[in-house]
Amino acid sequence: MALVLTEEQTMLRDMAKDFFTEQVPVTNLRKLRDEEDDLGYDKDVWAQIVELGFAGILIPEEHGGTGFGPMGLGIVMTEAGRTLAASPLYSTAVLGAGLILAAGSEAQKAALLPKIAAGEMLTALALEETNHHNPVNVAMAAEKSGDGYKLSGEKKFVIDGHIADTLIVVARTGGQAGETQGLSMFLVDAKAKGVTITRTHMVDSRNAAIVAFDGVEVGADAALGAIGAAYPELENVLDLGRACIAAEMLGGAEAVFDTTLEYLKERKQFGVIIGTFQALKHRAAEMFCEVEICRSVVLEALSALDERRNDIPRASSLAKARVGEAARLITNEGVQMHGGIGMTDAVDMGLYLKRARVQAQMLGGSNFHRARYADLGGY
Amino acid sequence: MTALDKFREETRAWLEENCPESMRTPMPEREMPWGGRRAKYPNPDTKVWMDNMASRGWTAPEWPAEYGGGGLSKDEAKVLQEELARINARPALTSFGLWMLGPALLEFASEEQKQKYIREIVNGEIRWCQGYSEPGAGSDLAGLQTKCEDKGNHYLVNGQKVWTSYADQCDMIFCLVRTDTSVKHDGISFLLIDMDNEGVEARPIKLISGASPFCETFLTDVKVPKENLVGELNKGWTIAKRLLEHERSMISGMGMGAGAASMGGMEAVAKENFGTDGDKIADSSIRQAIAEHKMDQQAFGLTLKRASAEAKAGQGMGAAASMFKYYGTEVNKRRFELLLDVMGTQALGWEGEGFDSKELSVTRSWLRSKGNSIEGGTSEVQLNVIAKRVLGLPDA
Repeated sequence: MALVLTEEQTMLRDMAKDFFTEQVPVTNLRKLRDEEDDLGYDKDVWAQIVELGFAGILIPEEHGGTGFGPMGLGIVMTEAGRTLAASPLYSTAVLGAGLILAAGSEAQKAALLPKIAAGEMLTALALEETNHHNPVNVAMAAEKSGDGYKLSGEKKFVIDGHIADTLIVVARTGGQAGETQGLSMFLVDAKAKGVTITRTHMVDSRNAAIVAFDGVEVGADAALGAIGAAYPELENVLDLGRACIAAEMLGGAEAVFDTTLEYLKERKQFGVIIGTFQALKHRAAEMFCEVEICRSVVLEALSALDERRNDIPRASSLAKARVGEAARLITNEGVQMHGGIGMTDAVDMGLYLKRARVQAQMLGGSNFHRARYADLGGY
Repeated sequence: MTALDKFREETRAWLEENCPESMRTPMPEREMPWGGRRAKYPNPDTKVWMDNMASRGWTAPEWPAEYGGGGLSKDEAKVLQEELARINARPALTSFGLWMLGPALLEFASEEQKQKYIREIVNGEIRWCQGYSEPGAGSDLAGLQTKCEDKGNHYLVNGQKVWTSYADQCDMIFCLVRTDTSVKHDGISFLLIDMDNEGVEARPIKLISGASPFCETFLTDVKVPKENLVGELNKGWTIAKRLLEHERSMISGMGMGAGAASMGGMEAVAKENFGTDGDKIADSSIRQAIAEHKMDQQAFGLTLKRASAEAKAGQGMGAAASMFKYYGTEVNKRRFELLLDVMGTQALGWEGEGFDSKELSVTRSWLRSKGNSIEGGTSEVQLNVIAKRVLGLPDA
């Protein structure tokens, strides 16, 4: 079990840390937000991310990637999370590359993966239809139409939906909501006739969209994976996504904890450093324990994915739920311990708080993952 | 065949010959092999097994052979553990001497002391208890007042110790005593006292669980030979701290999984109590609570593993031992509270009709678990240690 980073992984972490700290500090997200940037991400930053090989980190070298695997990807996500770096990393390098790798035909892989690795194509997963993640509840229909399919319905909370070149749409070619059978995935050009993309402004100032499909026609070659039987690959890549969001949340929680700890050591009230107060010390120590616990569960989930172990679902749900709860605690404490200034937009506590709640909902909240963990445990 | 394979082969053969059959069955509590002068052996095989293992020093496999230990390498000790586990062998000796005092003596004691006491511990001849806490010195352990005066050819000790585990059944006590009243930490010494000495009296304390694993120990004009001082005079606090680390790592690991395991797993008990919906526990809030708890347990287990992997890789994890004591005991307490919710009134029997022995044991274990976050340094003390040593937060 790889709960300790290898030398190569440590180098990757240090490189990612330097890059995000120096090139994509939190001020980068503030600028995108305050200037109401149309794209919601910085193209120059993305170009640098591509240059460093992060966009193709999951993609094997034969398809133009760097082939570091899930652990490498998670390491980069943690560092991106520390500075709230806004980029298509999650939508494209995690989910897009992951789904094409897992479910794509040889032709699709050969055509699309090099583009992702080169930063020439952005993807977005159009999955959610309700307020709560649950992939088996997808109801949107894909009806047979000539040689291909016709998609009708609406997707929400489509991360990076309005900047994507290609949408990966999960829809039903059979079965009913609640069943794993009958789910299919389609690659849909974002500019295709009948696709309407509406950007939504979320609390975390990051990109999401509502995407409507009004009788969108796609060819048979648009299918990603087996028609009616896409669920296993989808679920596997969702677990990769969950582990990677957990990794990103961990980075955010670490940053809040470090910043708050510094504040406890410098802020004075009643003529003393507030870090001398036991009421705050104990809570700081509890946050420390939570961060340590989170590091363990994130490494465990990434290791399970790296080693293609059969406990991937369990490890991913553990990481997503456990880190989600820890991030809730730590971001709340970050605001509270900063006091009045923590409520202002001038300090970063609020940005981390907002991001953590969005991350907590992405690919399933704690309730969903506790129930899934119980399912997997046979109770 | 490598040397290690050869060792395994020999070990397996030796165990086959020397581990009595009854020592390969689950151990009832009354047959625990504590050793010592007053030990009674309801099952005589317990003593045979202890003596056989001690003859090779294998009760303390990695301690130096020159003092009676096994002198095994880490790899050999691991092989021995695996071979013992293979035949489900009971521990040959359970003792505070092995877990706590021995390691401290090996580090701090004189050559003569090591020759005498380490051998006695390995052989299970002496049962030790710990004299640390006092009525006025709990969390503030260094505030201890038990007076130790130099009377020329001996020390004279007066005071009271509390929470001395099994003192009424022990032969010797390792004690922290005050040898200088003008300073706090630097006025404490580490002294070994024979419980048979005149002036030593141990009285059991009844706990909320009904059991009496601890005593109050009164020391009245007890004469102690000067060679019983371990380390230098007034340098006992260093030894005490090291010993506490051993104690904390022991407590944080204990009880994980026990109790609920004896009930056939909390999930199974919940299914019996709340019914099922397919495979699922029908009550979704209980189901969520169990999943949440099991996640905490798994996450804690992974953190223990990660710390040991980091230690092996030479990275270390700061005050890891303190975090484990805090987190492990709190998880354990939550486990029993949840088990009470799951079992309802069936976990609230005290004795007699209407409850089976496993149910009664859950009740008692739930009560006993409350002490986990008090003994060996309270949760609050552990958090203080983390705040100070790991996080560098300033003192008031």
